[in-house]
Amino acid sequence: MAVERFPVEASHIMMFARSIGDPNPVYYDEDAAKKTEAGGIIAPPTFAQASSQFDPDAGLRPKIGQPWFGSGKEPTGVQRSGGGGGGTGLHAEQHFEYHRHLRPGDVLTATTKPGKTWEREGRRAGKLMFSESITEYRDQKGELVITARSVGVSTERVVQQD
Amino acid sequence: MPLKKSQLKVGDTHEAVVVDNLTRTQIVQYAGASGDYNPLHSDEVFATKVAGYPTVFAHGMLSMGMTGRMLTDWVGDGRLTKFGVRFVSQVWPGDTLTVKATVEAIREENGQPLVDLAVSTVNQDGREVVSGSATARIDP
Repeated sequence: MAVERFPVEASHIMMFARSIGDPNPVYYDEDAAKKTEAGGIIAPPTFAQASSQFDPDAGLRPKIGQPWFGSGKEPTGVQRSGGGGGGTGLHAEQHFEYHRHLRPGDVLTATTKPGKTWEREGRRAGKLMFSESITEYRDQKGELVITARSVGVSTERVVQQD
Repeated sequence: MPLKKSQLKVGDTHEAVVVDNLTRTQIVQYAGASGDYNPLHSDEVFATKVAGYPTVFAHGMLSMGMTGRMLTDWVGDGRLTKFGVRFVSQVWPGDTLTVKATVEAIREENGQPLVDLAVSTVNQDGREVVSGSATARIDP
């Protein structure tokens, strides 16, 4: 993933805070936020993940004019190759290091490098293949503001429920 | 109300419910805000008929976001320096999640007092869904 321009906007922060069920005024009320230690609106700690809205290649966003793998007339708009063992790509871990917190007006870039990969046998989903990626978010001055480490897992089978 | 080093000790805990009866609509809200429109989370037909799950389930990052809310409510706005989690179990519509943070260490780095927390989010059956850690700046 590479995001060349992630403008951090107040309305986006408000919608994101609502979606995680967080009523803290520091995420939407400029006057109330000014009176807090933050001194103005800031973004919640997991907001950087919303950079995918600005990633032209984000695979989990429908692209205009392209087939989408969710349902329409049929349960999926894209038949998966390989016969499908029922496996799923899932998010296994997410870690953030904050050099400072994001504010409306910030314009970030994000660059992602691959990290380690490993495998193990899972109890509920067969063989698990893990892969790590490290994303650096930099602000309009080029300063590092957030370092994120993400671990994805692809499972051999659907995760069994017990 | 930031935490004060003088008022904290290792082993202290703080707990809060961050969602009661998670709705499919909240999961859709998160998809829209975050840009993660994976149909596993919002498309019942796809989740059940194609992917083989009993129903849709929450984004891991929604669980992390709700977990983070409890932390920022406790440690104060803009005070986290680190926050990381593992997604241990899936979170389903109807779930009620409770986050518990435990003080693991109180220390200083370059004169700045910090608290290290162990973080655990469990559902209504007591099953852990998120396991993680966080570090926050605290006052002397």
